[in-house]
Amino acid sequence: MLRYSLRRFLGAIPTLLILIALAFFMIRLAPGGPFDAERALLPEIEANLRAAYHLDEPLPMQFVRYLGNLARADFGPSFQYRDYTVTELIMTGFPVSLRLGGSAMVVALLFGISAGSLAALRQNTRTDYTVMSLSMTGISIPNFVMAPLLILLFAVYLGWLPAGGLGEGSWRNMVLPVISLALPQIAYVARLTRGSMIEVLRSPFIRTAKAQGLPMYKILIRHALKPALLPVVSYLGPATAAVITGSVVIEQIFGVPGLGRFFVQGALNRDYTLVMGVVVFYGVLIIVFNFLVDLAYAWLDPKVKYG
Amino acid sequence: MTPANLRRAVGLTLLVSLLAGCSGGGEDLAGPASGARELAVGGVSGEELAEVQVLHVGNGAEPGSIDPHRAEGVPSSNIQRDLFEGLVNEAPNGDLIPGAAESWEISDDGLTYTFNLRRDARWSNGDSVLADDWVYSLRRSLDPMTMSRYTFILNPIRNAESIAAGQMPITELGVRAIDDYTLEIQLEGPTPYFLGLLTHSASYAVHQPSVEAYGDQHTRPGNLVSNGAFQLEDWVVQSHMKLVRNPQYWDNGNTILDEVWYYATEDQTAELRRYRADELDMTSTVPTRQLAWARENLPDDLTIAPYLGSYYFGFNVTRPPFKDNPSLRRALALAIDRDIITRQVTGAGQLPSFGWVPPVNNYEGQKMPEADWTQAEREAQARRLYAEAGYSAENPLRTEIIYNTQEDHRRLALAIAAMWKQVLGVEAGILNQEWKVFLDTRRQKIDTQIYRGGWIGDYNDAFTFAELMLTTSGLNDTGYSNAEYDALLQEASMEGDLARRAELLQQAEAILLEDLPILPIYYYVTSKLVKPWVGGYESNIMDHHRSKNFYILRH
Repeated sequence: MLRYSLRRFLGAIPTLLILIALAFFMIRLAPGGPFDAERALLPEIEANLRAAYHLDEPLPMQFVRYLGNLARADFGPSFQYRDYTVTELIMTGFPVSLRLGGSAMVVALLFGISAGSLAALRQNTRTDYTVMSLSMTGISIPNFVMAPLLILLFAVYLGWLPAGGLGEGSWRNMVLPVISLALPQIAYVARLTRGSMIEVLRSPFIRTAKAQGLPMYKILIRHALKPALLPVVSYLGPATAAVITGSVVIEQIFGVPGLGRFFVQGALNRDYTLVMGVVVFYGVLIIVFNFLVDLAYAWLDPKVKYG
Repeated sequence: MTPANLRRAVGLTLLVSLLAGCSGGGEDLAGPASGARELAVGGVSGEELAEVQVLHVGNGAEPGSIDPHRAEGVPSSNIQRDLFEGLVNEAPNGDLIPGAAESWEISDDGLTYTFNLRRDARWSNGDSVLADDWVYSLRRSLDPMTMSRYTFILNPIRNAESIAAGQMPITELGVRAIDDYTLEIQLEGPTPYFLGLLTHSASYAVHQPSVEAYGDQHTRPGNLVSNGAFQLEDWVVQSHMKLVRNPQYWDNGNTILDEVWYYATEDQTAELRRYRADELDMTSTVPTRQLAWARENLPDDLTIAPYLGSYYFGFNVTRPPFKDNPSLRRALALAIDRDIITRQVTGAGQLPSFGWVPPVNNYEGQKMPEADWTQAEREAQARRLYAEAGYSAENPLRTEIIYNTQEDHRRLALAIAAMWKQVLGVEAGILNQEWKVFLDTRRQKIDTQIYRGGWIGDYNDAFTFAELMLTTSGLNDTGYSNAEYDALLQEASMEGDLARRAELLQQAEAILLEDLPILPIYYYVTSKLVKPWVGGYESNIMDHHRSKNFYILRH
């Protein structure tokens, strides 16, 4: 187990390096630079800016410098948000995205797995069709349509919940963004659960359990759920990483200061360091989550062994 | 009424009587603002002040910086106007009034300005604001190491240009402290709009000990020491900034609001929804597509006012087909129907423009001679000129309009391409580019034929528009270069006589409209939503507002 973890960790290093190199050189390929504005800068001031951010050095040297700083966990200063460093920006954006995305994933799992299991148990009944068509709707309505509808209904017309912003960190500000984020995830999880649950319920060991007279809910929870969750778990790794690193659309619509907005604004402003910072951060998260998913596999499926 | 409210009400009454006193001399000063104020305390129960004096403002994009000498962009300027106060300030209607300086004298040659600073002006930490603070700050603003984008604002000050270019030490700047409360500024040439420049953030003062102690972090909440009516309490990047009353401010007795919250609202429709949910008292703008809805449903909240900006298309005059081809440029300029554009496409009440400079102080805007013709006459002339330039139905002009990716620009470009097609038979394609790519393409002047442009004046004077078309301007992406035009502007910047100066600038604009390297389309308006309970709001051409003039009515 320990050896496996170590191997995975070492294997992650080249992956990350390739990611960093690709991102670093690709963003430099984009036309325009961080200091371009409608009014061209005075040459003297532009030279000072370039020197201050080491943009006057040859690109390979900048890359080496960047790697060196990264090794010391220093993401550098932001070009656009000149009063902040990239590390500070990530540290303000990530907790917000984490709280939002984490809650959304918990909601998605609770509702998705329950709905999916229910549909599987009542396969080809009215319940099944209702759950599945609702989840199809959830998948097909994009959240940039769903979120404004929710806001109009609950914030503008009914006035029950805030239309946006963080407020003072109140849970009320989280409700609508969490629902908007969770809805499509619920749908995915429900469909995945239903599919694999139907398969599991048909397998011989469930038939044996039934024959022994176990009540259905016990069979479901004790025996069927664990193997049925395998596909959900493999979906969960990248999905969680994506959701907790911020959904640009949801953050824009609700005016929430998450990581996704920094990423998009950073790219538009050619804020090289900010974009790189978010890419590296995101990359590390994906790697970590994939690793966790593999560990979860070993726990869920006795056939899987790591050594 | 709680004691705090009483104090506010008294403060307000004082302010009203002060305004009433001011307006005693001339009718024009007793504008709608003072009327509104008197009404606000007119004793009708529905028009009393609210218990909670907190304002929530939708402010557009997140500001990049609020260091006055590094900041850029409208959202940041809005916040800085509350945090800082320049030597000169602006009244709600945009008129210049004393700020951190209570008075000033201008020498007869217009070259020396002597400012008498307020003895009771204080930084938010209680330190006095002294003449040395202004010397330090103006030098810092121009120091190439500060890396300011707006050094050109201070160019009229003696030696400023050379200092910004790193060719002279900052101590050579024509600014000195005569004593603690007297500041002298020497100019390169008489600059009639100089006082207006002193309301720009590039001329604000920063607190030297904090800047030196905290460096890049001096703008953080807790670190920032400023001299305006409000101080920074909290800043969550991409979410909001919370400003609270600055008790040290010299005019704090007349500040009514206790808190102002500025929200980052890039998404305009999201901003509108938050406004409708009463989370915002003011929006930064109204999305074009929602204007009709707002007119219908929120007629009392919708505020539309002229804005100091010019929307245009630029021709690349360094390459064919527009190089040395003024008849073709004029044909295209005449073939578009600006009334249809402003009524059907933009729709907020923009003014169709046949000139370059929008309505500004002390200036008579010039127009293309065809401005007074009917559209049919203009189109007939356009066809003549088009043929004269060698184009016809068999040999149409094929060209391309580039614009930065945005729905409003796309609709306008489409409309204009359609008008050209209909009137002249021009085959115009449209191409959108992401902002930075667009700027790059424009500047290179290679692939560009026609580009979208818009310019918002930095100060209320014709020069901020005129200078764009100088050969050397960093904004002149048309490649236009006319020695006569440049000479007129040079002469104007040295001219002390206001009337003569206006004449020179008007001559320059007339030349520009003869050559037409740009195709004027409309003059901007601002459109925003303001809740009926926000008192003290007044539109002005610069769209500059200060929260110290606002108050919340009971609602």
